Amino acid sequence: MAVITAEDISKRYIIDHKRGKGSTSIKDALGDQIRKIFNGKKSPHEETEHIEHEDFWALKDVNFSVEQGDRIGIVGHNGAGKSTLLKVLSKITEPTTGRIHIRGRIASLLEVGTGFHPELTGRENIFLNGAILGMTREEIRKQFDAIVDFGGIEKFLDTPVKRYSSGMYVRLGFAIAAHLDPEILIIDEVLAVGDAEFQKKSLGKMRDVSASGRTILFVSHNMTAVQALCNRTLYFERGQLIEQGETNQVVASYLSKISKTKLIREWNTPEEAPGNDLVRIKKIEILPEYVDNQIFIDVRTPFRVRFEYWNFMDKANLNLSLHMNSMTGECIFNVGTQSQPYAKGLIAGECLVPGHFLNDGTYNVSMMIVKDTVTPLYNMEEGLIFDVADYRDGVAWYGKWPGYVRPQLKFHTEMMEENILND
Amino acid sequence: MKTHEVVIEPGRSEKNYWRDLWKNRELLYILSMRDISVRYKQTILGTSWSLIRPLITMMIMFFVFSKVAKLKGDPGIPYPLMILAGLTIWTFFSNSFTQISTSITANSNLVTKVYFPRLIMPLSSSVVSFIDFLVALGLFVVLTIWYQFWPDWHILFLPFFILLALLASFAFGLIFAVLNVKFRDIGQLIPFIVQIGFYACPIAYSSRLVEENAGEWWHPIYYMNPMVGIIDGFKWSLLGEKAFFNPTSVINSVVIITIFLFISIYFFRKRENSFVDDI
Repeated sequence: MAVITAEDISKRYIIDHKRGKGSTSIKDALGDQIRKIFNGKKSPHEETEHIEHEDFWALKDVNFSVEQGDRIGIVGHNGAGKSTLLKVLSKITEPTTGRIHIRGRIASLLEVGTGFHPELTGRENIFLNGAILGMTREEIRKQFDAIVDFGGIEKFLDTPVKRYSSGMYVRLGFAIAAHLDPEILIIDEVLAVGDAEFQKKSLGKMRDVSASGRTILFVSHNMTAVQALCNRTLYFERGQLIEQGETNQVVASYLSKISKTKLIREWNTPEEAPGNDLVRIKKIEILPEYVDNQIFIDVRTPFRVRFEYWNFMDKANLNLSLHMNSMTGECIFNVGTQSQPYAKGLIAGECLVPGHFLNDGTYNVSMMIVKDTVTPLYNMEEGLIFDVADYRDGVAWYGKWPGYVRPQLKFHTEMMEENILND
Repeated sequence: MKTHEVVIEPGRSEKNYWRDLWKNRELLYILSMRDISVRYKQTILGTSWSLIRPLITMMIMFFVFSKVAKLKGDPGIPYPLMILAGLTIWTFFSNSFTQISTSITANSNLVTKVYFPRLIMPLSSSVVSFIDFLVALGLFVVLTIWYQFWPDWHILFLPFFILLALLASFAFGLIFAVLNVKFRDIGQLIPFIVQIGFYACPIAYSSRLVEENAGEWWHPIYYMNPMVGIIDGFKWSLLGEKAFFNPTSVINSVVIITIFLFISIYFFRKRENSFVDDI
């Protein structure tokens, strides 16, 4: 049974270039009206006025339906219309056109701790926020202990929340939201807050909610979380729903679209190639060794980095040095070839980077050609930039995996002695 | 299990709006409690502020209007009582009106993040003003005991005038609340309106003084102010026959308030779904 049916949803905002964002002043509004009366409609002023108003479609002709018990991921760039969609679904703003039919009690969590009042205590804010999210006092009272326990704020229950640390504030806010009991739950990026420990707890709670057969709509930039939680995914771009379907497939096409990955750069003639009179780069390429139907590199994928360069010197002892750098500039590793003599001509080299080695993230490869093992002839910085996507199996934690590399090392554990604690 | 169905369409006001409003009465209660309990946090005198303010205002007005300007009050009624009665109902109206006008913008953090019938916000602001009013009324009772001035049967009409003042604050406040979302000029305008109203209404003086100028050109204009009938009626209910009261002025108030109330509720309902886009 479809619990949400959205037909041709569009939302238009009018961008006012003259006044910019913010409140209009009455003088302007009145002035425009008076001008209209005195000048008639064809005044030159009127013409320019029209250009200044620009339509912006935050959502355009969006159609989808959600079945009972679906966990829907909503992905897309910032400004793709995800948040607008959630606002329309939560009745905060109405669509410009279209129709949505919703069956079931809906609760939306567009931020953590909506309406918290800094002067009120944690206890008072639980009741305030609960009521704002649509709980009755009776429901809140029933869940009160569970909320306090989940948020871990027992000691500060009677302290005004303005004295809370930002972490405590977020924990309390999420704890209340987590104890809502709606049939449809809408969540906007709440996981972006809080420490890793708390994120783990929040995601666990969301999994419980979805396991109980309720419907969830979840906006996130965390693809690992979307993949772990959602069975279907909607992908938005510039206000349009450009793809929907099974999560892994939609996430894959989203990742390959947003990826800055450029797997090959090639120059056909030495004239246009980067380098100098001694050496010039012809080609730099990454050759992933995909398994299954993968279309992008993830942490499992081994790949080869291949170079080709022209040597214009008659006889030279050359070696290649490859640097793998993170986007923040740290070098992850540096490998070099043996130095050996080469005649004039085109030289190629290849280096295999194993799977289960780089952590997820964006990397760039730079390449240096060195003569006699000491004299750098040419250094090509940021030769290629590529993304390594995340992949996890059997792990219930979706925060950023720490570390520059993510090797799979042999790790042995054993039970040394049993039952020593149960005396 | 009862299924809860909602259809979202442009321009479609919630079919069950008023029922929804009723269902959200707990939210109304909690938002009002929030405003009341937050009010005097970190103050030393706390809630006694709501007594101190009207008392001191009354004393100053008594001094200025009765002692310095030597205005005549209604014969047989202590001047301070007359002032305090007018001041009590006027303060109720003006507080409620001001709070309603700014209720949407003051709660913008809620407007942009959750849905509930937006009428909850002006309603909760008027609840807070009403509590203040009850405190001020208590002060008035204490003062009548001091002057040994006992009310008569007129007091039965008191709830009517209180209700009328409340409706008046909605009739004018809701329009301003909507306008204030888009035009912040309203925020500047309101204190000004309240200040003018203070002098245009029979608070520091009695309408009897106006009546003595019945032939003047501004006499009918004075009675076009819907608050005149309400304030005079309120004083009449509390202070009895000796207080000046022109019953036709109340008919005036009822008509004007009814018209404005319908207009402003209609206007509010029409605009409330797009508050978030303008705020």
